[in-house]
Amino acid sequence: MIRNPNSGPMAWFGNLGVSLSGCLVLAFLLLPILIVLPLSFSDSRYMSLPLGHFTLRWYEDFFSSSQWLSALFNSFAVALASTALAVVLGGLAALGLRHPAMPGKRFIEVLLIAPMIVPAVIVGVGMYFVFSNAGLTRTYLGLILAHTTLAVPFVVVNVGSALGGLNQRLLWAAASMGATPLVTLRKVTLPLISPGLVSGGLFAFATSLDEVVVTLFLAGPDQRTLPREMFTTAREALSPVLLSAATVMVLFATLLLLLSRAATRRS
Amino acid sequence: MSASVINASSPVVARKDRGALWRAYGLLAPLVVFLVLTFVGPIGTLLWRAVADSELPQAMPATARAVSDWDGTSAPDERLFKPLVQDLKAVSPRDLAAAARRLAYEAPELRALLMAAKREAGDLDGSSARMQQLDPRWLENATWQTFKRASGPVGTYHLLSAVDMKHDYQQGLVAKDEAGLYRSILGRTFGIAAITTLVCVLLAFPLCVFLDRRTPKTRNALLLLILLPFWTSILVRTTAWMVLLQDQGIVNAMLLKLGWVNSPLHLLYNRFGVILALVHVMLPFMVFPLLAAMSGCNRLLVQAAYSMGARPLRVFFQVYLPQVLPGLAAGALMVFIVTLGFYITPALLGGPADQMISFYIAQFTTGTLNWGLASALGLVLLVATTLLYLIQAHLARRSTGAK
Repeated sequence: MIRNPNSGPMAWFGNLGVSLSGCLVLAFLLLPILIVLPLSFSDSRYMSLPLGHFTLRWYEDFFSSSQWLSALFNSFAVALASTALAVVLGGLAALGLRHPAMPGKRFIEVLLIAPMIVPAVIVGVGMYFVFSNAGLTRTYLGLILAHTTLAVPFVVVNVGSALGGLNQRLLWAAASMGATPLVTLRKVTLPLISPGLVSGGLFAFATSLDEVVVTLFLAGPDQRTLPREMFTTAREALSPVLLSAATVMVLFATLLLLLSRAATRRS
Repeated sequence: MSASVINASSPVVARKDRGALWRAYGLLAPLVVFLVLTFVGPIGTLLWRAVADSELPQAMPATARAVSDWDGTSAPDERLFKPLVQDLKAVSPRDLAAAARRLAYEAPELRALLMAAKREAGDLDGSSARMQQLDPRWLENATWQTFKRASGPVGTYHLLSAVDMKHDYQQGLVAKDEAGLYRSILGRTFGIAAITTLVCVLLAFPLCVFLDRRTPKTRNALLLLILLPFWTSILVRTTAWMVLLQDQGIVNAMLLKLGWVNSPLHLLYNRFGVILALVHVMLPFMVFPLLAAMSGCNRLLVQAAYSMGARPLRVFFQVYLPQVLPGLAAGALMVFIVTLGFYITPALLGGPADQMISFYIAQFTTGTLNWGLASALGLVLLVATTLLYLIQAHLARRSTGAK
């Protein structure tokens, strides 16, 4: 007798079990984030159910506080600057890594990816030692350099995979028609790998926007970023203004996610 | 003739190749230099500080030389006292304070002992009798062993402290008094990471099977729902759990309403809350490699096994699981590695007994300023992470290579 695994009551129950548990896990992933949205508009002080009346008070608190606003501004300024730096440095390096038989290639690759793997606390402590000697702690420059270091592997990986999908013959064709390497780069390579550059840049931006551990070591009172402000506030006491800050960050996350989807679809 | 043409053409190719090579190095140079300054340098400094012991040799060079030459087992005598007195007369208060702090890491009473000796330095002549009169502890072997362990400029004191050991010159390696403190922190860190990994595997498996059975269009839509938490700041997710799990929070409100509990459960500031939030943060890291392994799995083999009458359990363990195991292992190790270094989530959701090694590294760096111990603990974490990552990279290569 041959059993068909795709029909019969056993299979039906099996499918039901898989669907049910799959949906439960999905709910576990999503609900904690989504629950923040309605709570941030509720006037219940305890941030709990039942939802109170609709209010914008927590957003008012957020957008009228110079502390939160400057944190928001700092986060953006640092993320923009470190993304720009990471895209330039990482993009150039990814182009360099295309060389097929470079001595020491494996070693360089490991070096460029390492900031992604080494625990943030270790990077933070090391930078704290070195940057404080160089006078870079408590400065924007120090923070931007640190965030660039953590973000650059994402650019290298994304641009690298875009370059991997690049048709080498197009470059040969351009060269055979007399284009110099620089012209080939500008007119052929860059347009073709721009989705990789964009998604690498978005990853870099998100990394900087999310970074808090290294920031805690390096930033002074002037360099409060949004995650750092959330961390110090949450450490003291839960307050509803955290919910509005969280909602603002969830919106950015959604925006970045959709942009990165659009970028990968284009490639 | 033809040979000479070949000979003439090959250097041209070689020259061109060399040009391409230099161009490639030139493109890599800015980032490599940048990372050497902002990443390799800092990590190297951390590693150096884990073995450096410079406070005592800096403040009291003659004493440091003398204790290095001393065998560590014989009774202390004037060969040690003379340089000590000589150094005490010359040392600046700032250097002496640094040296005293270093000695106090190991033996807190040595700070007062050293400061008292500094005050009396003018009356001391370095004779045993005079030292005995000043404080009998100066004649004890244990006091000078502490000096010897700190005599630098490089030593194993901090590294051994990070695993609760001490080098005793009479007995060899011995356990420190405050037995097991850092080893238990290390064990706790590995334990939390292991439980988090296990729960992630258990939750990711049904989710991935579910996703794997959808049509590509539905699957992509559902993947978007998993990517959203992935892109959302860890801090947002951690604060969301704080809000949910607090005593008046939604979870407790629902449990009370359902009548399952009579008074709110304490879900925050304990191990449960930490692991729950860690699982939530790490689950996407598990889902992506596992889903990739599942969609690369050969369905025909499963059908073939069924057609030959194998029972579902046997098909699962002997046919299906071996195919997804490399992806599963790669994902699980990734979760484990990243969890080992977590700082934010335990700091916000855990109590004092739930803090992981990163918390203590941060604490010793900016709180108590014991940089040697912070660096030594950092080195332990770095070594663990690197070893596990090498295994992970090997597994990931095998799982993609098999496809």
